[in-house]
Amino acid sequence: MIEGKNISKSFGDRLVLEDVSVSMEKGQTNLIIGQSGMGKTVLLKCLVGLLEVDHGQVFYDDREFSKMSFNEMKEIRQEIGMLFQGGALFDSLTVEENVMFPLTMFTKQTPQEKLDRANFCLSRVNLQNVNKLFPSELSGGMKKRVAIARAISMNPRYLFCDEPNSGLDPQTAHLIDELIKEITIEYNMTTVVVTHDMNSVLEIGEKIYFLYQGKLWWEGTKHNILHTDNAELQAFVFTSELTKRLRPVKGVGG
Amino acid sequence: MKFLFHFGRYLSLLRLAFQRPEKQSIYFRQIMVEMEKLGLASVGIVAIISVFMGAVLAIQMAFNIDTPLIPSYTIGFVTRQSVELEFAPTIISLILAGKVGSRIASEIGTMRVTEQIDALEIMGINPATFLILPKIVASMIINPFLIMMSMLLAVGGGWLAGIFTGLFPSAEYIYGIQSFFHLYDIFYAIVKTIVFAFIIASVSAYNGYYTKGGALEVGEASTNGVVYSSIAIIFMNLILTQLLLA
Ligand SMILES: Nc1ncnc2c1ncn2[C@@H]1O[C@H](COP(=O)(O)OP(=O)(O)OP(=O)(O)O)[C@@H](O)[C@H]1O
Ligand SMILES: [Mg+2]
Repeated sequence: MIEGKNISKSFGDRLVLEDVSVSMEKGQTNLIIGQSGMGKTVLLKCLVGLLEVDHGQVFYDDREFSKMSFNEMKEIRQEIGMLFQGGALFDSLTVEENVMFPLTMFTKQTPQEKLDRANFCLSRVNLQNVNKLFPSELSGGMKKRVAIARAISMNPRYLFCDEPNSGLDPQTAHLIDELIKEITIEYNMTTVVVTHDMNSVLEIGEKIYFLYQGKLWWEGTKHNILHTDNAELQAFVFTSELTKRLRPVKGVGG
Repeated sequence: MKFLFHFGRYLSLLRLAFQRPEKQSIYFRQIMVEMEKLGLASVGIVAIISVFMGAVLAIQMAFNIDTPLIPSYTIGFVTRQSVELEFAPTIISLILAGKVGSRIASEIGTMRVTEQIDALEIMGINPATFLILPKIVASMIINPFLIMMSMLLAVGGGWLAGIFTGLFPSAEYIYGIQSFFHLYDIFYAIVKTIVFAFIIASVSAYNGYYTKGGALEVGEASTNGVVYSSIAIIFMNLILTQLLLA
């Protein structure tokens, strides 16, 4: 479980997060949703300690992360897998080397074991025959999938995904959602996913946090998000023609 | 004020960089890779500049001491002395600050703005140690070799100039470059080179490491890396000359 308590973060005099408290459950996919620029990525980076919080605390299974020194954090971080919004692949390494990189740094596996693991992770994101390519030779969606493969290569206890399926076609996006859900259950991981894709929300939103103007505006699950009375959340959810059709009619159904 | 801020942050980055690497074997491989990228790739430019520098020095000497009172082997002696004490260690280091410094700053800067440094940090790797330390160590190992090569080629360039222009006899020049030789001068040059190598790698890495923004800022970081490491070299040159030759 990852807990963020009363997190506030500002850049200069710009308050981006104001007193946000979240609790990310183990074995579940926890979602952070909200419009562009509402601080989703900032919240994620506060949780993993890439940004220092102005106020508040972060706990990883009752270990107070926000108080730790750089070297203490390093230990927890070896249990973290993270997918960055832009992929953040190492562009001097090939696809295969990127996925093997954490294994090379932290395990004593033989080259063959590492390669097998890399191939396994790559096959889970539906990527074949790209092992020897460099990130600059991949499409945007492929980069994202390699980054996911890298994030899961160490079987992390905590998985963070910043918009895992933006830039992917609907089928691949679905596949990635399925994969995230599967491995979360399989390895009993604490998974945090930032997204503004309503398909993902309805598919994997076991716990949902909606950020609006720096505040935690709403929290719930995929089961009650469609029935919300919250005006801002309604505006966020029922935007496209498709989702509008999901809107429950007052008095009908439930 | 701004200088103090940067200097303080530079020192704390160095402290972060000089920590035990996560995995020794990877780290040694990184040093090898960096020696190739930063050192071997500079052999060509250093060679060309050195030969021409030596040639010009010798020709200028020849024109300036156009009097029978001074023996013509002086041309060889003075050329060697200037190359050894100043031209090879300082000028070549400045050239390397341009070539290697911009490379380091833009490489690290790009990794910063594309979140590759964050990705390292998230994996539990100390990015400063992983990225910066091998570059510093590699430069400090390889630059002395580049500078010694430069000395030999510059002195050789002077000799060639004599042959092609006929301004001074070859035998006299060769006698000159062998006279009054002090090993300490070479030591002095190597010490300077090693200090300058440290400055080039660390100052330009510092400029890249704290890049914020995008491609434009990476360009700026790269320019700043060259400018500030050059200034630091010039400044340290004065101090080291005072310390070592006084
Ligand atoms: N390093 C930074 N320095 C200054 N301001 C920042 C920084 N990072 C984020 N911000 C600001 O914080 C706000 C929230 O940014 P954030 O990246 O969290 O948005 P987001 O919700 O992830 O949006 P998107 O869905 O577009 O990715 C933005 O207004 C942004 O300008
Ligand atoms: Mg974002």
